[in-house]
Amino acid sequence: MRPGLQPSRDSAFFWQGLRDEKLLCQSCDHCGRLRHPPRPMCPDCGALQWSARPLSGRGRVHAWIKPVHPLLPMFEEGFLVALVELDEGIRLLSNLCEISAADVRNEMPVEVFFIEVDAEGAKVHQFRPIGELGHG
Amino acid sequence: MADGSSSVIVGIGQTEFSKNSGRSELQLACEAIRAALDDCGLAPADVDGMTTFTLDSSDDVDIVRSLGIENLRFSSRVPHGGGGSTGTLAHAMAAVDSGLAEVVVCWRAMNERSEARFGTAQLSDAGHARGSGTGFIEWSVPFGAVTPAAWTAIGAQRYMHVYGATNEDFGRVAVTLRKAAATNPAAFFYQRPLSLEEHQASRWIAEPVFRLFDCCQESDGGVAFVVTSRERARDCRMPGARILHATQAVPFDTEVVTNFYHADLTRFDSGIACAAELYGRTGLGPEDIQVAMLYDHFSMAVFWHLEAFGFCGPGEAPDFIREGHCELDGRLPLSPNGGLIGEAYIHGMNNITEAVRQIRGTAANPIDSVDHVLVSSGMSGAILGRL
Repeated sequence: MRPGLQPSRDSAFFWQGLRDEKLLCQSCDHCGRLRHPPRPMCPDCGALQWSARPLSGRGRVHAWIKPVHPLLPMFEEGFLVALVELDEGIRLLSNLCEISAADVRNEMPVEVFFIEVDAEGAKVHQFRPIGELGHG
Repeated sequence: MADGSSSVIVGIGQTEFSKNSGRSELQLACEAIRAALDDCGLAPADVDGMTTFTLDSSDDVDIVRSLGIENLRFSSRVPHGGGGSTGTLAHAMAAVDSGLAEVVVCWRAMNERSEARFGTAQLSDAGHARGSGTGFIEWSVPFGAVTPAAWTAIGAQRYMHVYGATNEDFGRVAVTLRKAAATNPAAFFYQRPLSLEEHQASRWIAEPVFRLFDCCQESDGGVAFVVTSRERARDCRMPGARILHATQAVPFDTEVVTNFYHADLTRFDSGIACAAELYGRTGLGPEDIQVAMLYDHFSMAVFWHLEAFGFCGPGEAPDFIREGHCELDGRLPLSPNGGLIGEAYIHGMNNITEAVRQIRGTAANPIDSVDHVLVSSGMSGAILGRL
């Protein structure tokens, strides 16, 4: 069970996409601008119409930390938080898995995967290294 | 210099800073406001304006009925948590300069240690006022980033990566502030300086970025100040500190604390916007500032502020601190009260009262020849000067 899963009207599509193992962001129907976190209006052209666009799920570690205190029983000890910059230029906070803190490097390539976090089928996006240190 | 605002901080007040005040947040607010009014010789009946944080638990109506204020003509709340703390000055200044009110009280009072601690895991948005710019819950908490330390550490880690800064560099900020606090009797860490070795031995909070002593305190207490017109200030008991300008800043794609989405996380987007506005409106520059009160919720934030306001170049703040420029006898003394790390964490407001004391020359660690003090809390800032 993960805390804080609280979709809003504007973000519900994102969390619904995760249930289908799709990482989505908004794409403006008028000018094509991608945006995350979700918002109702395109900041470039003002259009309200948008479509949910699947993202590649590939990116790089922009920044990362290992939260140590306070202990969070719903997370594995030593879990990592990473800010991932996807190839499309979108940044997402997530977890970096299948690697220990000592081996993490900024800019290392990562790919998305999904894990189920409650009995109702809610999922969250996770990332793991690709290339030498991981699968891929 | 541009003419600027004609608003003046004429009174300051505070309670003791503790870990358990033993009384309500509303009482702390009333005590701090009453002390600020006594400081300048004004009475509750003179107050006609009031502003605080959206996050403050006390309502203006309860302050009015507790203090015996006759009528408020202006009441506002400032968003952005502690980042908005200096925004209270911007609101007060706007009200006084425009004539919406003549005597505005700014306050923040909280039992942040003994009641609702910010440092514990925040697993839902219960207790967070909507409209405070806090979008952090939905996009951070499901991934175990649940504290201000974790949120701030993300951008700080990017800075470490780009500039090669280390946790020891951050430690020197904490050591500098604790050294100042050690000679400030109002500080929680009065007579308790911190060595770099002690800092490096303290436990990790968010590895490899923040240790325990990189984090500001969690405190109980109240702080208030009184803003009025220059004309009215002449009749007040104590010398005032003029608000040369005060501003708020919400640049594109910024967020409060979880500030992960703007272009360059090594730079302080809202601080840069505040600096442009404050320097532009006052005609002053970094060379004109004698004391810098920089919001130090975490040690590293001081680096972001120093660079945003041009005291040094991008990536140069670690050396700026290492070379001692922010010591009490340095080129740019940093928060001589000890800041939020050394004195107390009253959400940034105790850095504003210290700025006034430095202008007046009444601080515990007075800096010589202070003409201008910068107060920067990130999403808001002000330059104060002599009357």
